[in-house]
Amino acid sequence: MIRPIALPLLLLALASILAMVISVGVGSVAIAPMEVVSVFMGEGADLQRTLVLELRLPRTLSAFATGGLLAVAGALMQVLLRNPLADPYVLGLSGGAAVGALLAMLAGLGGVIVSGSAFAGAMLATLMVFGLAHGTGSWTPSRLLLTGVVVAAGWGAVITLMLAISPARELPGMLYWLMGDVSYARAPWPGLGLLLVVCVVVVPLGRSLNVLARGPMQAAALGISVRPLEWLIYVLASLLTATAVTMAGSIGFVGLVIPHMLRLVLGNDQRLILPACALAGGTLLVLADTLARVVIAPEQLPVGVITALLGVPTFLYLLYRSR
Amino acid sequence: MTGIKRPPMQTLNTRRLVIDIPCRADGYPLDLTIESGQVWGVLGPNGAGKTTLLHTLAGLRPARSGGLYLDDLSARELKRRALSQQLGLVFQDRQDGFPATVLETALIGRHPWLSPWQMEGADDLVMAKRSLEALDVLHLKDRLVSTLSGGERQRVAIATLMTQSPHTWLLDEPTNHLDLHHQVAVMKLLTDRAAAGNAIFMCLHDLNLAARWCDHILLMYPNGGACWGPAERMLVPNALERLYNQKLATVEVDGAPFFVPRRD
Repeated sequence: MIRPIALPLLLLALASILAMVISVGVGSVAIAPMEVVSVFMGEGADLQRTLVLELRLPRTLSAFATGGLLAVAGALMQVLLRNPLADPYVLGLSGGAAVGALLAMLAGLGGVIVSGSAFAGAMLATLMVFGLAHGTGSWTPSRLLLTGVVVAAGWGAVITLMLAISPARELPGMLYWLMGDVSYARAPWPGLGLLLVVCVVVVPLGRSLNVLARGPMQAAALGISVRPLEWLIYVLASLLTATAVTMAGSIGFVGLVIPHMLRLVLGNDQRLILPACALAGGTLLVLADTLARVVIAPEQLPVGVITALLGVPTFLYLLYRSR
Repeated sequence: MTGIKRPPMQTLNTRRLVIDIPCRADGYPLDLTIESGQVWGVLGPNGAGKTTLLHTLAGLRPARSGGLYLDDLSARELKRRALSQQLGLVFQDRQDGFPATVLETALIGRHPWLSPWQMEGADDLVMAKRSLEALDVLHLKDRLVSTLSGGERQRVAIATLMTQSPHTWLLDEPTNHLDLHHQVAVMKLLTDRAAAGNAIFMCLHDLNLAARWCDHILLMYPNGGACWGPAERMLVPNALERLYNQKLATVEVDGAPFFVPRRD
């Protein structure tokens, strides 16, 4: 809690800018990093300007926002439940979103309606898990986690059922959505804006989160109103997840792995971890999306596959190395 | 050392306080006055409600009836944060949350004194280190709490309370897991704090620690009965035998009574 906060954040910010420049430059028409920078400065040829500013940059920024949102949501959930397994996906939020999105697709609707339906599904799942976990008694972290896991399994069954009965021509789109895909994400600004707002909000909240991570009784003894703080965290995390899922479908793994990796390296001060999650999660997804576009070009892979393939070995290595 | 809003309190009072133990009839109402400079020991058999009483005094659980007052101010009128500047608690069971180092854990104690936008400053760090030093755990400051022994964790928890530096220190069996030397060191530290103007209120299982270090005693009976007063009036073999349902032999060591359970 006494480590310098600025240095790691600065390094992560540099890494994310670098990742974005690479991501924007890579594609069917390669653009050198220096040219990308000159386009950002307002120079460069028309073709390059169109390619960078109108086609590639929105996608890159969407990937960044999605990754950042998911990582921060995961970190918040883990503090809330004091359980390293907690993650918006484990808690069934993405399942609700997926059911919402697939329903819209089944109805033959597209675009904004699929997104809106996904958002509604995620928020519904949130309410369901919290309402059921509360039950007639108090809710404890393990009860919340169990409820989330069971509800997520239920969503999984509904998703399989919908895939089984839907017409064949809808299947590729549905599967791509389920695997997570940023190629249709064209409006990064709401997500980026939310990410920025949350990062600003959690700075004054950070020390309270540190105390809450020591357990609710200890937190109460140190002057924290535990229940309101827990609600705030849950609502924030749900909002972040719903926004991310709406932008890019269900991309697992980022919310679980990024916070853990950062904790292993940077320690446990939430004031550092949360903004670091935003930067690192964004960077990971930008890089993963770049790879997804390149590996079997001109075809594209769903980015969720790449995040898992990159994340699993890195995470296992860090875990193996740690005390 | 910022954020001090009111002068430190002098007494913690309970008025007709009945603690809430589920499925049990109301106990004897408590009218305690815990003053600066006093060292209270709470004695009683398992399940008598000692921990519940401590949590109620810390404002962590509601009383069934009666009130809790800091000087003349009802605890209900205080915000949680203001309350935790006056009352601090060492829990009996550690909740293991997220991993944290010993120094981070102690620094958490500064939370009630810092505004949301404030980072811990140099003087907070000095306080935390001084507390760890006093509890003889400063050499462990970079270790994760989860890797420590039970006694070391207990000392870190007390150091956290010392860093919090509330007026009234509530401690649930502070000598748990401690070896003999550290038991004495902790009791010495607590009586020193009382001499410096704090009030100490702790649950103990060891009659003899209570007899040696406490000046006031609260006896809590399993049926909800209670009596309290100066130590020399409370620590009489008859009352204690009834309290624990255990025959005792009494000897005198260093001018204080020493109680030994009899075999039959």
